[in-house]
Amino acid sequence: MTNRVAIIGVGQSSFGIRPDSSIRDLTFEAFHDAIEDTKNLDRNDIDASLIATAAGYDKQRSPAAVIAEYLELNPQPTFLTEAACASSTVALRTAWSFVKSGLHDVVAVIGYQKMTDMTSDAIQEVMGRAGDVMFESSFGTSMPAYYAMFARAHMNAYGTTEEDLAKVAVKNHYYSQYNPKAMFQKEFTLEKVLSTRVIASPLKSLDCCANADGASCVIVANETKAKKFAEQPVWIKGLGLGSTAMSLASRNPPFTGFESANEAARQAYAMAKIQPTDIDVAEVHDCFTIAELISYGDLGFCKREDSPKMIREEETHLGGRIPVNIDGGLLSKGHPVGATGGSQIRTLVHQLRGEGGKVQVDGAKIALGHNVGGIGMYTNVTILEA
Amino acid sequence: MGFEQFGFVSYVSQTKIGKFTEYLKNNRLMGTKCKKCGKVYFPPRGDCTSCFGEEIEWIEMKGEGKLVTYTEVNFAPTGFQDDVPYILALGQLNSGHYVFARFAKDVQMEQVKIGMSIQLVPFRIDEERITYEFQIPYFD
Repeated sequence: MTNRVAIIGVGQSSFGIRPDSSIRDLTFEAFHDAIEDTKNLDRNDIDASLIATAAGYDKQRSPAAVIAEYLELNPQPTFLTEAACASSTVALRTAWSFVKSGLHDVVAVIGYQKMTDMTSDAIQEVMGRAGDVMFESSFGTSMPAYYAMFARAHMNAYGTTEEDLAKVAVKNHYYSQYNPKAMFQKEFTLEKVLSTRVIASPLKSLDCCANADGASCVIVANETKAKKFAEQPVWIKGLGLGSTAMSLASRNPPFTGFESANEAARQAYAMAKIQPTDIDVAEVHDCFTIAELISYGDLGFCKREDSPKMIREEETHLGGRIPVNIDGGLLSKGHPVGATGGSQIRTLVHQLRGEGGKVQVDGAKIALGHNVGGIGMYTNVTILEA
Repeated sequence: MGFEQFGFVSYVSQTKIGKFTEYLKNNRLMGTKCKKCGKVYFPPRGDCTSCFGEEIEWIEMKGEGKLVTYTEVNFAPTGFQDDVPYILALGQLNSGHYVFARFAKDVQMEQVKIGMSIQLVPFRIDEERITYEFQIPYFD
């Protein structure tokens, strides 16, 4: 018997401002959706649950316990996984290890974030402290500010323009019209994106993703269980996880990419025995427009200096060389930090099962997910195969 | 102790390098040097995290360097709203160390270019608080 690991069910809540829902309601919505997505999986068939979230956005401490309770997943093992915005795919990596080792047969990964119970500036304060609190946060950092510094360096090094950045937002918002679970489901013109207020120069409001509430659920299983509980299992073919120094001041130049993402991509391509050119469809971590351009270089979709050209020539649009973020990306879906990675995986699983609807990439066989934590402190790359 | 006075807002008070704040108040920009392997840290470290050396000494740093990247912040996190706009920057000192800091308040965005010469200097925020900031040197 081979021991491949499959994804047998994916689900997510609607993302956005959800005053109707607590963390229990959101995770239940995603869990229910994922259970429905499997072939008759009963929750008693789930051997362990991994709960993923970034700390500090809601008041519940040790949240894995309350979520496992609400989803009726006791007395099976449950615990929290935290890797900032990469929490849910890092939990997926752990779930893969559990199944691959034979410790468990079926594992559920549940990611969530409840962000709109707090004011936007309070959220910025929480996010600002995702930098080094001794020597960086004390100057008044924020996530937009950090990414803006990467954007400025990228523009200086490669001639990237504010229009190039805006084109990423235009592309992703365009595709979000076809994603009923996205926060925005509307088009924005280039002029509109460029005219929004500057948050941290050169990044404007629509260069930034929106804080949102949401949850995602990905259920994995070994090959035997996968054949029993999925019409069309999707196989985990490659995994990569890398890290970068948290402080900008402890990093290596150039400041136009993330060492963590380079490393994660290298590992994942090696494990899957594929090249970047084999990727049919990708979900990348576009928390800011610049982050998507950075990912093209980090993932080897092109040379770093060619990333503005990729968006200008629509190589990452549907019908292009590697369609990227055709579900709207974080920019349009909203970014409930701990849920985002699972939502990316959900989109890719739909694509590989041919269920992409209006944004289906014809004949998609190999998909890549790229999920970044914070300012690139962690990057997780997942390669899936139909 | 002592570190609670570092920065516009500080989140840490207890550290081995609390003395750093005292030096800044005396207008001295200090790093640490490992007596065993000679590695110099700025910002300072209480141990040599590279060779595990426990004997460190304080050494004076020179503030000259070049600008690596920057941004002007218009939407600030809690505790910093009254400061906007301010320019955050990453500089590289001539010693090779990268440093994260703000530009002095009188520096205008039009003056700021990647690669320009900058000078890191101690900056007194108020009676209590101290930090460092980037300035544009008069003679380049």
